[in-house]
Amino acid sequence: MTAPAPAGPAVALRDVRFAYRGGRDVLDIPALDVARGERLFLHGPSGSGKTTLLGLLAGVLLPRAGTVAVLGQRLETMGSAARDHFRAEHLGYVFQMFNLIPYLSVRDNITLPCRLSGARRARLGGADPDVEAGLLAERLEIAGLLASPVTELSVGQQQRVAVARALLGRPELVVCDEPTSALDADRRDRFLELLFARCADAGSALIFVSHDLSLAARFARTVALREVNRAAAPAAAGDPEAVAAR
Amino acid sequence: MTFLLGLAWRSLRNRRLISLLTAASIALSVALLVGIEHVRLGVRESFAGTIKGTDLIVGARGGTTQVLLSTVFGMATPSGTVSWATYERWAAHPAIKWTIPYALGDAHKGHRVIGTTAAFFAHYRFRDRSVTFASGGPPTDDRSIAIGWDVAQRLGYAVGTKVVLSHGVAAVSFAEHEAHPFTVSGVIARTFTPIDRALYTTLDGLTAMHEDEEAAGGLMMGPPEAGHVPGQAPPITAFLVGTKNRFETLALQREMNEDRTEPLTAIIPGVALAQLWQTIGSAEVGLRVVALFTVLVGLTGMCVALYASLEARRREMAILRAVGAGPRTIVALLVLESALLAVLGAAAGVAIVYAGIALAAGAVEARFGLALTLRPLGALEWGYLALVVGAGTLVGLLPAWRAYRTSLTDGLAPKV
Repeated sequence: MTAPAPAGPAVALRDVRFAYRGGRDVLDIPALDVARGERLFLHGPSGSGKTTLLGLLAGVLLPRAGTVAVLGQRLETMGSAARDHFRAEHLGYVFQMFNLIPYLSVRDNITLPCRLSGARRARLGGADPDVEAGLLAERLEIAGLLASPVTELSVGQQQRVAVARALLGRPELVVCDEPTSALDADRRDRFLELLFARCADAGSALIFVSHDLSLAARFARTVALREVNRAAAPAAAGDPEAVAAR
Repeated sequence: MTFLLGLAWRSLRNRRLISLLTAASIALSVALLVGIEHVRLGVRESFAGTIKGTDLIVGARGGTTQVLLSTVFGMATPSGTVSWATYERWAAHPAIKWTIPYALGDAHKGHRVIGTTAAFFAHYRFRDRSVTFASGGPPTDDRSIAIGWDVAQRLGYAVGTKVVLSHGVAAVSFAEHEAHPFTVSGVIARTFTPIDRALYTTLDGLTAMHEDEEAAGGLMMGPPEAGHVPGQAPPITAFLVGTKNRFETLALQREMNEDRTEPLTAIIPGVALAQLWQTIGSAEVGLRVVALFTVLVGLTGMCVALYASLEARRREMAILRAVGAGPRTIVALLVLESALLAVLGAAAGVAIVYAGIALAAGAVEARFGLALTLRPLGALEWGYLALVVGAGTLVGLLPAWRAYRTSLTDGLAPKV
């Protein structure tokens, strides 16, 4: 793929409304911007629509109204196949847990996006995915596990494998959905260090979602989902803070 | 696509127990389908092999089936007699290499007795084998008789046993040829053909027996002895013909059928057997239907197994979607899995049949006279296999469709 690299900020949401089929709006976000290479901590309690927002950014969910631009590309105007391709090429995703395909080795899990998408593979600039995976694994301190079945890994190791997979091919945007919630404090700190360092290497913007406010201090910018999401109002109706904010 | 195939393979291997069981159920139904086809062909070949090497069977003018049944299968009554003179005239025909005369008309305890010559033991072939003896040897004089395997087993006869024949072919006859008893000269080795149920004596033996009866003021003679002048060779009921050149068979058959000296019917055993098989072979259709139902059951089992695994695989689908797989890729993955299972099952099923034949063919032939041969798959069997794999792939579409829907609604956050 020799398509020109998309220009524009990492993320730009405008007047985005989203509702699950037949339900009331879960998200109503007038504006949310993330610059390229930025590290954003997105904070919100469970059920506040964090995962839904990430689904919109990944192009798996479509807004009812408004525009979702990632790297300047309007996801809501693309067809589903185009969104799948876009996601494969430009996005890395880390789940809370169970990030790995159980029947693939660590190496194969890391190279999975490059196997599924020629465009993602092209981002390696001709390098062998296995070799690149090895380099990343070294920097994430899991090089010794490459040939292991993923079922033998600890949760912390699994999350590092997931980071390696998300970052292989240096995607412009990395999205993490509570990736540290299953880790104890020591492992969590080490994990964040490694994650930040690797995102910096790759020049990727990082959107890190968590309900754990104690992590916020490590990020340059923190956004409370409640502040940007007007649809969160009913849940916060009795919340004096939210009422005062209006 | 190659990558997806590898993914599907590893996914199946990951759930190897359920995959193995699923493939095994398909393999067994395919083995049944292909096995029935092999047995069916074996049965047909065994049936067609009831008589081999004989180019023509010639009897008095009658129906093809009647000549075949009375001569080869020992069923129905002969269409009439052929005079000895006519037989001798044809036996000397330049196109004919050998002949075997058959004289029917007497029985022993429900078993047919055939008067013939040493030519029978020299030239008669079934499934490309000749008639051999389990004990003793062929009848050599007008007092000796050879018996088939079943006759020996049922009646407990052995070489040396005295045998009294009765007139006519009915199971119970009161007209016993007591004045001329025979002695068993040999027991014919099991052939799994009607030979096992018959007794074989010499033409002279039958003639001598009837002359002894007449001398004793004995029985009223009906066919085939009717018109027999003592001292002259009696008529026979049929004769088998081997030609010098098989390409002359058709011409010879026409010549015999059109000959006006004595009206004859000459039949080609292979053709007559094939016609007979068409009328009695319809039972095989039933077998095939049963086998096809078994395949249906195997495929349903596969669909259920794949469908049941989906709930546990929602997380896997979400991961695949997160790394860029579209819902269509997920459908392709599941369809590939079912196609792989169907292919593996079909291949294993064929292997089971071939292994079974390789191991058991000898025992089956000894026990049932059924010749199962290792042969390449026929067009019909390839058709069956294509059907199984095709249907297996289609059956995989149902769980795939379900996975497609769930992967859309789950997005990246399956409710697990």
